[in-house]
Amino acid sequence: MKEEGALQAKAIVVTSGKGGVGKTTTTANVGAALAQEGEKVVVIDVDVGLRNLDVVMGLEGRVVFDLIDVLEGRCKMRQALIRDKRVENLFLLPASQTRDKEALDPKVFRAVVKHLIEDEGFDRVLIDSPAGIERGFQTAAAPAEGALVVVNPEVSSVRDADRIVGLLEAGEVAENHLIVNRIRPKMVKRGDMLSVDDIVEILGIRLIGIVPEDEGILVSTNVGEPVALRKDRSAAGEEFRNIARRIRGEEVPFPDLDESGGIWQTVRRIFGGR
Amino acid sequence: MFWWRRRKSKQKAKERLQLVLAYDRAKLAPGKMEDLKRDLLEVLHRYFPTEDREVEIEFEQRGERVVLIADIPVRS
Repeated sequence: MKEEGALQAKAIVVTSGKGGVGKTTTTANVGAALAQEGEKVVVIDVDVGLRNLDVVMGLEGRVVFDLIDVLEGRCKMRQALIRDKRVENLFLLPASQTRDKEALDPKVFRAVVKHLIEDEGFDRVLIDSPAGIERGFQTAAAPAEGALVVVNPEVSSVRDADRIVGLLEAGEVAENHLIVNRIRPKMVKRGDMLSVDDIVEILGIRLIGIVPEDEGILVSTNVGEPVALRKDRSAAGEEFRNIARRIRGEEVPFPDLDESGGIWQTVRRIFGGR
Repeated sequence: MFWWRRRKSKQKAKERLQLVLAYDRAKLAPGKMEDLKRDLLEVLHRYFPTEDREVEIEFEQRGERVVLIADIPVRS
């Protein structure tokens, strides 16, 4: 029952279809949390031309080279990898800000990820996909064996996620997991927001995280420090850490936010597992 | 009614999603459903010419598959 839940995938794409649902925040936080759990992690920004993972992680000041520089031979891989000094074994590979999506070829990117895993010894490669379903997404998903599909409890986001799941399956990305982000328990209770159960039922992929709406996220982006690394106990930070533990196969109960709510659901989740 | 709608906008969201995803997954534009209905009626008329009928068609998700369900009265 335990190892069954672990993600075998070393290369994981974080994707959503729709923009602005929290892909970059998820990549930064799950990456940081996995590193805290002891894995050697690299987070890669594939949003060529619109990079943001660097600022969300607070590493923008240390970017010298980027992914495209490596590919075009202007530097070595080691020179482009930025080591996060706050956690052991966490690295960022930034996207180029001055080029466009055409500068990165899916086949070439697949080779880059293979190199990072096989030669640089990374346990986990988290790929921050651009929004959309075009080339940028195709490139980001090309090397992935698994995916974290980020969705907001909202009609347009769920619809786009369904499309993404279809494309991932067609592209033979096998381990697809769902993160419901920015859920507002009060609205769910009122019946004015899709619940986690609704979304799981509609999309039909395995749930791995339920992240509540949290002002702490904006604050953490303001200062460039992922909530998962912050000392103050924010609900979102806690759940991002839990997602990392679930990825590693630990059985961590989900936060109790659902509309039926209350003690019974908690009991069900603890004993029934999910 | 107004009260119900306000209280349960998530129910509405869920129903709309399920419908739009059925069309998305079947790769059929919702507007095409009327054409399909019309063509279906035309074919039916060839075999059952006697009366006009109302055909109801909808998509249903059955596990992995999307199924087209048609409710066709042959004798009313």
